[in-house]
Amino acid sequence: MTPVKMHTRALNLFYGEVHALKGVDLDMPEQCVTALIGPSGCGKSTFLKTLNRMNDTIASVRISGEVVLDGEDIYAKNVDVTTLRKKAGMVFQSPNPFPMSIYDNIAYGPRIHGEKKRIVLDEIVEQSLRDAAIWDEVKDRLKKPALGLSGGQQQRLCIARSLATKPEVLLMDEPTSALDPISTSKIEELIDELKRDYSIVIVTHNMQQAARISDYTAFFLLGEVVEHNTTGDVFSNPKDRRTEDYITGRFG
Amino acid sequence: MTNKTSILSGRRTKSLVERIMNIIFLVCGLASVVSVVFMTVYMVVSGGAIIAETGVFRFLLGHVWNPGGSEFGILPMILSSVLATLGAVLIALPVGVLIAVFLAKLSPGKLATAMRAFIDLLAGIPSVIYGLLGALLLVPAIFKLQAAAGLPNSGSLLAAIVILVIMILPTIISVSETAIRSVPKQYEEAALALGSTRLQAIFKVTVPAAKSGIVAGMVLGTGRAIGEAMAVMMVSGNAAIMPELLRPVRLLTAAIPIEWAYSSGLHRQALYGIGLVLFVFIMVINLLLRQVMKKGGAQDE
Ligand SMILES: Nc1ncnc2c1ncn2[C@@H]1O[C@H](COP(=O)(O)OP(=O)(O)OP(=O)(O)O)[C@@H](O)[C@H]1O
Ligand SMILES: [Mg+2]
Repeated sequence: MTPVKMHTRALNLFYGEVHALKGVDLDMPEQCVTALIGPSGCGKSTFLKTLNRMNDTIASVRISGEVVLDGEDIYAKNVDVTTLRKKAGMVFQSPNPFPMSIYDNIAYGPRIHGEKKRIVLDEIVEQSLRDAAIWDEVKDRLKKPALGLSGGQQQRLCIARSLATKPEVLLMDEPTSALDPISTSKIEELIDELKRDYSIVIVTHNMQQAARISDYTAFFLLGEVVEHNTTGDVFSNPKDRRTEDYITGRFG
Repeated sequence: MTNKTSILSGRRTKSLVERIMNIIFLVCGLASVVSVVFMTVYMVVSGGAIIAETGVFRFLLGHVWNPGGSEFGILPMILSSVLATLGAVLIALPVGVLIAVFLAKLSPGKLATAMRAFIDLLAGIPSVIYGLLGALLLVPAIFKLQAAAGLPNSGSLLAAIVILVIMILPTIISVSETAIRSVPKQYEEAALALGSTRLQAIFKVTVPAAKSGIVAGMVLGTGRAIGEAMAVMMVSGNAAIMPELLRPVRLLTAAIPIEWAYSSGLHRQALYGIGLVLFVFIMVINLLLRQVMKKGGAQDE
């Protein structure tokens, strides 16, 4: 069994009165893709956001339990949230590049973390864009606005932007749901490449996608993890009836 | 057979009411265009007379304003107006943007609502009230500085700048705040997810994204500052000499109401000429504003 990069124990989350996560225990192994599946509203995005504390920005949120990254509780009092988020980068459902040039988008992260040297930045920008498989498409227009790219390019740019801060974990919330099939397959290939260096947690509504790209799959239902196993087992040999119903499309 | 609704109506497509309304709108539109054209022509013709008389350079670049001696150089007033406006905008812009950021992003809801009401109130106060308060409180406060610099007590360029800052702040704040609020929240979210602090996300992503709106606020403030007469007239001392921070200055706007009543002949034509110069300033500022808005629109696409 591969070592665990991140895990949660008895994780509960409330939005005011709404109990959105109910005692979630989940292990996310290193250099693997963990897919989170489940019907709309079951708490997948909420769970993902607890992993880099993006829920902190919502006033009504209360959290109990543990989220551990490399042996450290990320909700401990003395955690530096900016370092945590640098270490656990996030890619959102709809591409959200900043309204700046392609270069400045990628350089944003390194810059806020103190990198000023032009040569170093140039190098990070090129490497991140290469790693996100978009370098060839944008290398001649680095100074052009990022918002001029197509949706699929924008999403790969956003992945590159996350890579530029040299994260160890990548959290992706339905990164291909707004994209066409070709862009989607590019991003899926990319995820396959990236897992050599990163631990990836991805939310997806697309069962085939989960089956294709993930090593482990967790099935969420109403804020609970109903089943969590290797992807092969979850899809070919589900233990829980509800999992089977969901992946065969009988509900949700 | 299914029922098909015909899209042809019995009546003519455009009703009479619609036609009449169209004509009314056309007339209103034309009226506004005609009045702007008329104003422009009138300003150019009446303001042009003095320039034809003295020559462009002696009028615009002359250092001496002495209507009694038939000397009509308005350079001191142009510079005073430009410096007062520039000074006011340079101070009000950063202050205004910071307040706008505070209102849009940082302050708790109730405080922001109260502050916004207060700022709207400020925007509605007649300028003569600002003039009064300036003359009563601000000008005497500056006396101390003038004494320290060995200058006589009087109104000053500094007082004009301070009054203008207070007067244009509400515009800059409310336009900037609207611009900042309209920046999609997802930019800030993305910035936070990259490990920005809240302030970094605001100042490195949200505020730059609101740039065109903020510039629009700045241009509007500039227009208001350069066109303001009453308040600055009451605090600036009104001497038509080359501007210095602690000495009295006369602004273009102030010169017209001050001298209007007793002017005649060439002197009055010179006041028209000043009006024309102001008119050109305002036009340029408006063109700039349009340009900024257009650019901003193009950027969002
Ligand atoms: N900011 C919020 N305030 C209050 N309730 C929220 C908030 N965000 C989510 N919820 C609630 O928490 C529950 C889980 O939402 P979440 O967005 O995590 O679902 P999801 O599994 O990601 O759904 P989808 O597949 O549609 O994205 C839902 O019932 C939702 O209404
Ligand atoms: Mg979701």
